[in-house]
Amino acid sequence: MNEYKRISPSKRFLINIVLVIIFIVVGTLLTGGDSLSRASRALILQIGIYVILAVSLNIATGYLGQLPLGHAGFMAVGAYSAALFWKATLNMPTPVSIVLGLIIAGLIAAVFGIIIGIPALRLKGDYLAIITLGFGEIIRIAIINLSGITGGTPGLLNVPKYSSFLVVFLCVAATIAAIHFIMHSRHGRAILSIRENEIAADSCGVNLTYYKVLAFAMSAFFAGIAGALYAGFQGSLFPKSFDFMASINILVMVVLGGMGSMLGSVIAATVLTALPLVLQALAAYRMVIYSILLIIVMIFKPSGLLGRYDFSLPGLIEKWMNRKNKPGKEVANE
Amino acid sequence: MVFLQQLINGLQLGSIYALIALGYSMVYGIILLLNFAHGDIIMVGGYIVLLIIAAGISPAVAIAACIIGCIVLACVIEKVAYTPLRSAPRISLLITAIGVSFFLENVAQLLWGADPRVFPATRIIPATSYQIGRLTISLTTIVTLVVAIAAMVVLMLLVQKSKMGKAMRAVSEDMGAAQLMGINLNRIITFTFAVGACLAAIGAILYCCKYPQVKPTTGYILGIKAFVAAVLGGIGSIPGAVLGGIAIGLAEVAVNALGYSTWTDAVVFVILIIVLLVKPTGFMGASMNEKV
Repeated sequence: MNEYKRISPSKRFLINIVLVIIFIVVGTLLTGGDSLSRASRALILQIGIYVILAVSLNIATGYLGQLPLGHAGFMAVGAYSAALFWKATLNMPTPVSIVLGLIIAGLIAAVFGIIIGIPALRLKGDYLAIITLGFGEIIRIAIINLSGITGGTPGLLNVPKYSSFLVVFLCVAATIAAIHFIMHSRHGRAILSIRENEIAADSCGVNLTYYKVLAFAMSAFFAGIAGALYAGFQGSLFPKSFDFMASINILVMVVLGGMGSMLGSVIAATVLTALPLVLQALAAYRMVIYSILLIIVMIFKPSGLLGRYDFSLPGLIEKWMNRKNKPGKEVANE
Repeated sequence: MVFLQQLINGLQLGSIYALIALGYSMVYGIILLLNFAHGDIIMVGGYIVLLIIAAGISPAVAIAACIIGCIVLACVIEKVAYTPLRSAPRISLLITAIGVSFFLENVAQLLWGADPRVFPATRIIPATSYQIGRLTISLTTIVTLVVAIAAMVVLMLLVQKSKMGKAMRAVSEDMGAAQLMGINLNRIITFTFAVGACLAAIGAILYCCKYPQVKPTTGYILGIKAFVAAVLGGIGSIPGAVLGGIAIGLAEVAVNALGYSTWTDAVVFVILIIVLLVKPTGFMGASMNEKV
């Protein structure tokens, strides 16, 4: 009688798809018309881009348990690849060009992720952090110096502005869905096991090299896509946008939201992107506040504000369906 | 002759890196923390000297204030930010260190602005230079080399001969066992931070005399390079840090001399990556006895 009612996986999937469609319709209506100001429309796109960045860094930080400090480097690789591709294919049909550009940006960034991941594997913790920091800086210095291709310090200008709400939102939804499915597959569990205990995972037959590189490549892939969207949003790229500060910015989002929590990353990315615009008076103190928050959170709640909690709408509905047979009530009925 | 001139430049820069690398290496040797804030302590030291001299007080006072200020700052950071996390996962400690580094950089920017300020280098070391054959050696170079060597000798004596140094070596060897032997862990760790900060303050003054300007991000790249030097030499090893610092200094000067000065920072990181791939323990990292 009192067994826990469950929603079948196919229905769960359907609920989520419906949710995504509602979001797209509402979002397109809101951003398409004149109901929102230019600034708020730009903010929505920015939030989307930062959500992808935070969620992608969360793969390496939250799920794999490493601390890469060069995430902006992957973003830069994606941004410049996509921008150069889009500039070269202006006469291609726009949707084809957008999709190809995003994929190319992701793949090139993933290749960089693998290149960085393989040497980084020999190292742990701090060494890995510093080597990724080094790679991030190398990428930025290379962009400045290879000015023939990348435009150097004056910047790469006149990138077609392809990042509409639909494009950004679809990328956000696809990224979150892809990471969710991967993390709930056996590959995802292998990555989690490395975080929990590397030696134990190794002795249970988890291929450490393979899964670490996989996590790194995934993290870089999505960061590359976010970079591409950033290029299509800004319309111009400057090496300065991808410095160490930018990497730390993304790290703050992941750490505050909760390392290993997708919802945490999404909320933190949203709040921290929107906050500076809302509290413009505090703009000068923003980075000081961030750094204090970082230290305080680490001292009092090292797993981040949401820890590893994650949200699912079907899960919530399940709870609601089962509200009548709570364990406590069961005992009372008997 | 050009080669010799560049060699001297490289040694000068390298000995500054070595002084700073020692601070990283000692702290890492004891609590396995990559102290990101170490570089920013250098920046604060630079500002202290600059502001005191700008206020018209004598340079000697400024230097003393710089050293004391850096030591106090390092100890406060250690007590406030690192002590509560001593048993926490390493990643939390590292994120905290980044937070502290970021905090110092941004507070400096709020207080003193983002633009570089001119450092009164000639008030500390007069801008005289000596001609030996066709070599030109500035007084700054000589002072840097002498001070750096003296500081390293004092440090060596401190670590090898004094009771405190013995305790430091014991803690880095085995923290638990050292505590059982009656060594006061908190005191040793604070002392290590203080020694590292003292060296950093000396490094800060010498560095600012060579490149006479200070800005909030001065410490960041300098700190990273010094850390690379510490890793190159073998982290936790004092002679290693010195060797690594000089190697990085020479490499940097060589790259500049070859005309690729915009690539200098990238070359430093490439060296780091190659070292970590080929010999992750660095030059001297293998010999555990050398650890501090």
